[in-house]
Amino acid sequence: MKKDSEDRLLSSYRILDLTDEKGFLAGKILGDLGADVIKIEQPGGDPARNISPFYQDVPHPEKSLFWFAYNASKRGITLNIETRDGLDIFKRLLKTSDAVIESFPIGYMDQLGLTWSEVNQINSKIVLTSITPFGQVGPYKAFRISDLTAQAMGGLMYTCGDPQGTCFLFSGAESRQSYLQAGAQAAVGTMIALEYRERTQRGQQVHISIEESMAWASLAPLIVLHWEEENDIIERRGSKVMRGNVVLRSIYHCKDGYVTTEILVGARGHLFAQLVEWMASEGMAEDLQNIDWPSIDMYALDQEQVNHWEEVLSRFFINYTRTELTEKAVERGFMLFPVNEPKDLLDNIQAKYRGLFVEVEHSELGCRLIYPGAAYLSTECSPRIRCRAPLIGEHNDQIYGELGLNKEKITILRQAGVI
Amino acid sequence: MQENTALKGMKVIELAWVFMGPLITKILGDFGAEVIKIESQSRPDVMRSTPPFADRKPGMNRSGGFSFLNSSKYSLTLNLDKSEGIKILRKLVGWADILVEGFTPGMAKKWGITYKEVNELNPGLIMVSTSMQGQSGPYSKQKGFGSFFQALPGFYKLTGHPNQAPPVPLTAYTDFIAPWYGVVAILGAIHYRRLTGKGQYIDISQLETSVQFLSPSVLDYTCNKHAQSANENRSAHSVPHNVYRCKGDDRWCAIAVSSDSDWQALVSAIGNPILRENQKFGTFRERKKNEIELDKLIEEWTIQHSPEEIMRLLQAAGITCGVVQNGKDLSEDPHLRESGFFQALSHPEMGPTTYTRSPFTLSETPCQMKPAPCLGEHTEYICTKILGMSEEEFVELINTGVLE
Repeated sequence: MKKDSEDRLLSSYRILDLTDEKGFLAGKILGDLGADVIKIEQPGGDPARNISPFYQDVPHPEKSLFWFAYNASKRGITLNIETRDGLDIFKRLLKTSDAVIESFPIGYMDQLGLTWSEVNQINSKIVLTSITPFGQVGPYKAFRISDLTAQAMGGLMYTCGDPQGTCFLFSGAESRQSYLQAGAQAAVGTMIALEYRERTQRGQQVHISIEESMAWASLAPLIVLHWEEENDIIERRGSKVMRGNVVLRSIYHCKDGYVTTEILVGARGHLFAQLVEWMASEGMAEDLQNIDWPSIDMYALDQEQVNHWEEVLSRFFINYTRTELTEKAVERGFMLFPVNEPKDLLDNIQAKYRGLFVEVEHSELGCRLIYPGAAYLSTECSPRIRCRAPLIGEHNDQIYGELGLNKEKITILRQAGVI
Repeated sequence: MQENTALKGMKVIELAWVFMGPLITKILGDFGAEVIKIESQSRPDVMRSTPPFADRKPGMNRSGGFSFLNSSKYSLTLNLDKSEGIKILRKLVGWADILVEGFTPGMAKKWGITYKEVNELNPGLIMVSTSMQGQSGPYSKQKGFGSFFQALPGFYKLTGHPNQAPPVPLTAYTDFIAPWYGVVAILGAIHYRRLTGKGQYIDISQLETSVQFLSPSVLDYTCNKHAQSANENRSAHSVPHNVYRCKGDDRWCAIAVSSDSDWQALVSAIGNPILRENQKFGTFRERKKNEIELDKLIEEWTIQHSPEEIMRLLQAAGITCGVVQNGKDLSEDPHLRESGFFQALSHPEMGPTTYTRSPFTLSETPCQMKPAPCLGEHTEYICTKILGMSEEEFVELINTGVLE
């Protein structure tokens, strides 16, 4: 069992985190790896503390589950950098830090006198990571964004929904996937810049675009190439997908919900053959039996033929639950996954085996809550939740104490609205 | 060419296919690491035979998907069925800082690159094994791809209509979460090695990384026993919040309004007196209650205009609005071109092709993408220049089928 001091990949780094919900995840990823991430909020707390849902459904700035999830592993202070004193304190923190991650509107920091040149002068080794809706260059750079419009502009929504019907947000509005994508990319960019800094002692700016982050996850590069190389626009097909010249089902009804699988031929045909073998052993393969799936060319498939095969599959799947079908898929080596809810993860035996869910102490609530834990496993230092998300100004005394401010000074600053 | 790149001098070998592993090393390569992708003529990366193809002509070196995922890498063809091939692999393991592999645990054993063996050969090496559900455990051997696995963590169940079959967008979403953690893990490990001299083995899966993107939904269940479900495009904090049909064939715009002032601005822009005057839309709560009717009224306006017009008009008024973009829109998106997100690079076989950089830029050491390699394009370079073989040795390996 490692000592906490050994179990920290990034313990030599201090990160100042000025993000709102568009960038929380960046600091969480780095904090899980042991970096000293200091979440800086305006006095009174960040507005993102109002994001629902809440612990026991009581709206409260110390009970937002989104806040809990993405600000764990951070310490927290309040600081108003729009005041003279606040700005001075921030500059002092800059001197002791390795990176700053922020998601202010373009120009906000410049207006405060925190231009890159100023920041770089205070600390030539610092990395300044800025998350904005559309990056810092281009005709849309001043546009506003939300997760909805990021998914729309990034390309994912156009392919999500019924043909010619409405387009859907992937994973729903509360989930804010594009903000999480941007946060993760901010962690990547910050680490690349820190690596350069280790070699050269030089800091630099990292600029993340939320739209671009979502475009990657929308397979925009591929969608663009389909248009440019094959003159083909990828369309919405509901629960189906286009393969070669036919449309295939991707979702099937089963006894207690849905599963996802697809008729596979050619190079992946052996994965489908295993499913048909099982169906045959139950006497339900009908005329799918004895077809040599790997030898079929996807482009030679006929829509009517495929429709018939899919009906046979439907008649089969309806007899089994998601769990039964998944277990057979593992046992027999065919490709099928259950369409599960997030809550089903807690019963997932692979997740349990990997120790994915952990208890995190919430002393202020008098209990422990269950969170997703390590994002991956390492023989030296796995990431893990270091502590719950901070309460408003929870570490003011500690961190301002480190800067040499005594309790009296801190009280004065609090009364003046600086912290 | 001595360029000043962020990751200059970092040496990476990749034994992986399709998305997860290749994305990790693409990012490293685009920022200056030296990345050797090990393939073989008999078993090339399956992405090479996946459309879209340049000019619709299939070919090992013509896949658009492959090119996006494998910019800035060298390609070495190596026959790992031959013992001489394994010897070369082990030499490269000795040379590298980082090894990324995405095959089944059985293959690593067959090729003599389990972490134990790799660690003995090169104690400082950072080895990353990518998978869907982890290197061990009851479901670790389950077959599948990200485009299907993404149904498991819960994304599908939160999409579209509750109690209906979920729509399936074009994405392998869980393949586009894990690699970000992978790159952070690798760079963190390099830093750790700098301080301690130790390498490490990283076991990264789509399962654990994707759950991170659903933490609040998990907490809603563990704390409140709420099983979250799909809610179309509705948002608890925003109304109107939806996509609306516009003028043209299958054209849509997305509008999200959170504050009363944004609502006033939208009402002004649309100019329909019903929206301004009717009590049904006077407050946030009223708008939420009458959301369906509100959406219909808004769509009566949007259907008369193109989504681009609407986006320009509303954004100018400070309202969050975006075009729902398809492949053609993305390709012609003026912002994504000017920002350099999409760049045309010249590929030896495909000609000028659109490559996509990471969604971030670095001011001093920007991403410098190079086109994806043709199959085996750098075999001679790697053997003679990196591994220091003589011409004779190299030719002998060709003749004995080791380098194919």
